[in-house]
Amino acid sequence: MLELRNVVKIFNRGTVDEKLALDHLSLTIADGEFVSVIGGNGAGKSTMLNAVSGSKLPDSGKVLLDGRDITDLPEHKRAVWLGRVYQDPMMGTAAGMQIEENLALALRRGKRRTLAPGIRKSERALFREKLAELGLGLEDRLTARVGTLSGGQRQALTLLMATISRPDMLLLDEHTAALDPKTAERVMTLTEKMVREQKLTTLMITHNMKDAIKYGDRLIMLHAGRIILDISGEEKKALTVEELLRSFNRASGEEFAADRAVLS
Amino acid sequence: MIDLLNSLPGALAQGLVWGVMAIGVFLTYKILGIADLTVDGSICTGAAVCTMMIIGGSPAWLAMICAFLAGTAAGILTGLLHILLGIPDILSGILTQMALWSINLKILGKANQALPARSFSVVLSQLDNVRSIIVLAVLSALIIGLLYLFFGTELGSAIRATGNNPVMSRAQGINTGVMSIIGLALSNGIVALSGALLCQYQGYTDINMGRGAVVIGLAAVVIGTAVTKRIGSNFALKLTGVAFGAVIYYTVYQVIIFAGFDTDFLKMFSAIVVACFLGIPYVSKKIKHMKGRKKDA
Repeated sequence: MLELRNVVKIFNRGTVDEKLALDHLSLTIADGEFVSVIGGNGAGKSTMLNAVSGSKLPDSGKVLLDGRDITDLPEHKRAVWLGRVYQDPMMGTAAGMQIEENLALALRRGKRRTLAPGIRKSERALFREKLAELGLGLEDRLTARVGTLSGGQRQALTLLMATISRPDMLLLDEHTAALDPKTAERVMTLTEKMVREQKLTTLMITHNMKDAIKYGDRLIMLHAGRIILDISGEEKKALTVEELLRSFNRASGEEFAADRAVLS
Repeated sequence: MIDLLNSLPGALAQGLVWGVMAIGVFLTYKILGIADLTVDGSICTGAAVCTMMIIGGSPAWLAMICAFLAGTAAGILTGLLHILLGIPDILSGILTQMALWSINLKILGKANQALPARSFSVVLSQLDNVRSIIVLAVLSALIIGLLYLFFGTELGSAIRATGNNPVMSRAQGINTGVMSIIGLALSNGIVALSGALLCQYQGYTDINMGRGAVVIGLAAVVIGTAVTKRIGSNFALKLTGVAFGAVIYYTVYQVIIFAGFDTDFLKMFSAIVVACFLGIPYVSKKIKHMKGRKKDA
């Protein structure tokens, strides 16, 4: 279970560019819940995710994962419990290393790195099996350098790396936004499959309203660092893009024209 | 011509010594992605420690191990400046290098300390190039073998990942700061070891012997990488290529000296070689891009 309590993050504090990115944000995500998060540019989506992942620590408030206070824990220490996929397909993998080396790194997430072999023979079978499930033919290219893969392949691999040792929480930061529509859909389908099979607690940021509606048990809309919409269950299943836009206008009290383009 | 041929075994031995150093430079420059300037100081630290210990009566092998450890300490210092204090990597190296100059002077007691092979028991010397070349070849093979094994371990993989993609590494639970420090320590340990070899080979340690070492190391790394790139991407092969790069470098050096080139220009020559090798990939990419654009128009 993830709990955010009154989390505040202010950028450029004390300057003319001061920006309240998270405004006393509180959110509880139950075990196994798949939450999609939408909101315009600067709504605080990424800042919220960063507070969980530890890449940017909040100014005040608490972040609890399964009851543990991880608010100020260094990024590499909390990585034990977190699986992450980034918007940039280059970000989640080591380009100069082989596919199997990347997976072996991920398999040891949160464990002490010793002088034991970086990859064991027995692990290769597991990698091959898991890669085959991606359906991209990567299972025959274990020793290929990740830099030679396409963006979609790298993103699928990152997803596998995030889940190969089951994380308590999966964080997806617009992980299909940089892909072409067809590849994006494929990666989304894979995501859904992995999340459901392993019953992963998931926080997925997206710019794509259709995806936000189609995937996930619960939909959250952020605006100016606050949650302005929180829909789940039957109500979410019946949701349409038009309704979502209307709710956004109502809740934010602003004209949506600027954001309409990106939230399509 | 006979003179040139006579100087070649010396160039080979000298090249192999610098090859050891270049392997150290390779670790930081190619694996961690840091241009570590500690090297100019730590090579002399290794030489100074080794020289004084041998003069003091220690066996050469023990002196070389201590030289390695002293280099490791220098690397850790640079790492701490960079990771704990957030000082940019290049500047951290320069600061350590500067501090090492004083430390090296204190270790040596004076600016130049002789270590004549005739009076002390050393493992290699320019008086016996054949023996030196054998010792250096065996030692280089040993270092390459050990590094190959090390970078295949969990820890070694984590260091490679840190250099490759620190963001991803942290997300995979790797303490990137600690990995950088280990890498810097290992690199400077090897560099200091090469200093220990150099002082025995040339029979003295000079306080300025490290000046420009990092440039020579980079030259060997770029030459070596260019040579092995076509053959394969095996890690041991790359390291061998780097050691070989230093040999090529020193042979060319000898030829240039033999050709009567003003030796005052040698350091400038080194700088030009490195600048060319580092700059060529960038410029050729640009030229390709420009050509592509013209075709479009």
